[in-house]
Amino acid sequence: MTRRLFGAALTLALAAGTASAQNVLINGAGATFPYPMYSKWFDEYHKKFPTLQFNYQSIGSGGGIQQVTQGTVDFGATDGPMNDMQLKDFEAKHGGPVLHFPTVMGADVPVYNIPGVTGQLNFTGEALAGIFLGKIAKWNDPELMKVNPGVTLPAKDIVVVHRSDGSGTTYIWVDYLCKVSKEWETKVGRGTSVNWPVGLGGKGNEGVSGQVKQTPYSIGYVELIFARQNKMSFGKVKNASGAFVEASLASVTADAASAVKEMPDDFRVSITNSPGKDSYPISSFTWLLVPAKIPDATKKKAITGFLTWMMTDGQTMAAALDYAPLPKAVVAKEQKALAKIQ
Amino acid sequence: MAASSTVAASAGPARPAQSFWQRVRGGDEIALGITFLSAFSVLFVTGMIVWELWANSSLPRHQFGWSFLVTQTWDPVAGQFGALPFIYGTLVTSALAMLIGIPLGVGAAIFLAEFAPPKISDALTFLIELLAAVPSVIYGLLGIFILIPILRTIEPALRSVLGWTPLFKGPFYGVSLFSAGVVLSVMIVPFIISISREVIRAVPNEQREAALALGATRWETVWDAVIPFASKGIVGSIFLALARSLGETMAVTMVIGNDPKIKASLFAPGYSIAAVIANEFTEATGQPYTEALIELGLVLFAVTIVINGVARILVATAERGKM
Repeated sequence: MTRRLFGAALTLALAAGTASAQNVLINGAGATFPYPMYSKWFDEYHKKFPTLQFNYQSIGSGGGIQQVTQGTVDFGATDGPMNDMQLKDFEAKHGGPVLHFPTVMGADVPVYNIPGVTGQLNFTGEALAGIFLGKIAKWNDPELMKVNPGVTLPAKDIVVVHRSDGSGTTYIWVDYLCKVSKEWETKVGRGTSVNWPVGLGGKGNEGVSGQVKQTPYSIGYVELIFARQNKMSFGKVKNASGAFVEASLASVTADAASAVKEMPDDFRVSITNSPGKDSYPISSFTWLLVPAKIPDATKKKAITGFLTWMMTDGQTMAAALDYAPLPKAVVAKEQKALAKIQ
Repeated sequence: MAASSTVAASAGPARPAQSFWQRVRGGDEIALGITFLSAFSVLFVTGMIVWELWANSSLPRHQFGWSFLVTQTWDPVAGQFGALPFIYGTLVTSALAMLIGIPLGVGAAIFLAEFAPPKISDALTFLIELLAAVPSVIYGLLGIFILIPILRTIEPALRSVLGWTPLFKGPFYGVSLFSAGVVLSVMIVPFIISISREVIRAVPNEQREAALALGATRWETVWDAVIPFASKGIVGSIFLALARSLGETMAVTMVIGNDPKIKASLFAPGYSIAAVIANEFTEATGQPYTEALIELGLVLFAVTIVINGVARILVATAERGKM
């Protein structure tokens, strides 16, 4: 009896063993911002190819870069492109480069709480930089009055709220401020965490929006997706062509489309403050980081297969989750880059 | 250890000396082995933590040296790191928490142990112990949505009474060192109450009977005969509370304002060591940024040890002074 049971268990175990040999598990880790999009994609792709399983841990962009460099995951994901030093590090360890593949786009929007002001405010890049530098300290500053005709702005101190946790959202925001303000670039610079001249720190988008809601006369920034899903109102921002644009999926995609011409072949590009009259200026790609050399043939096939699908069928699912899809020109460029994976 | 050796000694003359295996069968050696292993593993883990923190923070230790502890700039972009604002925020919030928490906690413990009817005391204690099990993120949310609005309403009163001190100057945004201290005090009170109550109840009844027989009132009995007897345990509960408040992360980061600047006013936002590690570690890339955060962990460890040490010395001197 026991022997028969044991035999049955053994056969079962063997069967499970052979079955799992055909299954391919691809591990990835990185940015939290695109996590809802990625889990939707990986889920859909798994339904299409049941033997392929993608496992994604949203541990943050920094962690994604670190893990893909150490080789503990098959691919990484990040909201800010890897810098030259990190690329060199990767190449030294793996004997081949790492490729950036833009997947979807996001944007940051200014949110504010001014008792008595209900309409949508206009912001120029200079004004935003001035506020976050602490140089524009009152709401009735001429810089703000002049682009908001007809709105009575109070003579109250501005309370600045920023992210306290290191974040791709912060990176996009300060990257934009660097482009519109020399003073910001030299004094503060860009990074996922910076040395803020003024303001309170809130943890996560919900921390910032909560703080703004609770503090009268405050201003902060959150991801467009977060603002849309929570039905928050936010300000328009003046783009490089001089138009005040409200952030929307279309205006974010337009921003990327206008940046395609100058896009380098490795896709490591900041698209904040791009030209084009419909572009929303505080937008950014988010990237997948894929090693150019994948020794395991089945894994290589699975990853390139997924990337191809993501650029076509995958893109159609983006808008439903409030992510801005890639412009066609970027997709065409990416499809060419796929050949670099060996 | 001492107990087991006296047992062995007294058993000695009655029976011949036991062999090692007999003692193993008797269970003494097994108990000794297991308890020793437990104690050793705790020490081992602590040692490993210190070693890991030390080994992984060599870059900033060499680059900044002791100035890491006394400089105020924390600039990940420029690679400049100083821990002083975080140390300051940690100490100030914990001090405030102890200032509010100790009288409240010890007072409540005395009431529950000595004055309240047993049924009410047990029911209240159960509720208080539940408080200790509430996750800290819940305290943070309560801080944001309930405590800060309350503080906003009492802020003008505070300012009119204490506004002449530098501690209550400047604008009040809600999130501040003050709010963090108050939230922390709420979090540590259950620790003080539940341990102190047990300790006070464990004081032998002879103490009370003797004091009452001498004509002491109930309060005199408690204050002069019971509390001194229980003081070691009460102090122990306070140390536990202090350790908790120094290391508290989530609730603090939600209400402290996360601004690494040193301002005298309690109304100003601040930052604590644990909070900055939790906030920045996941997205920290490059060196010495990551290692500077690890060094902050080392600093927090050192701060905890130093404060505990100083407090213990103070308590010991106070007790010697009494005798």
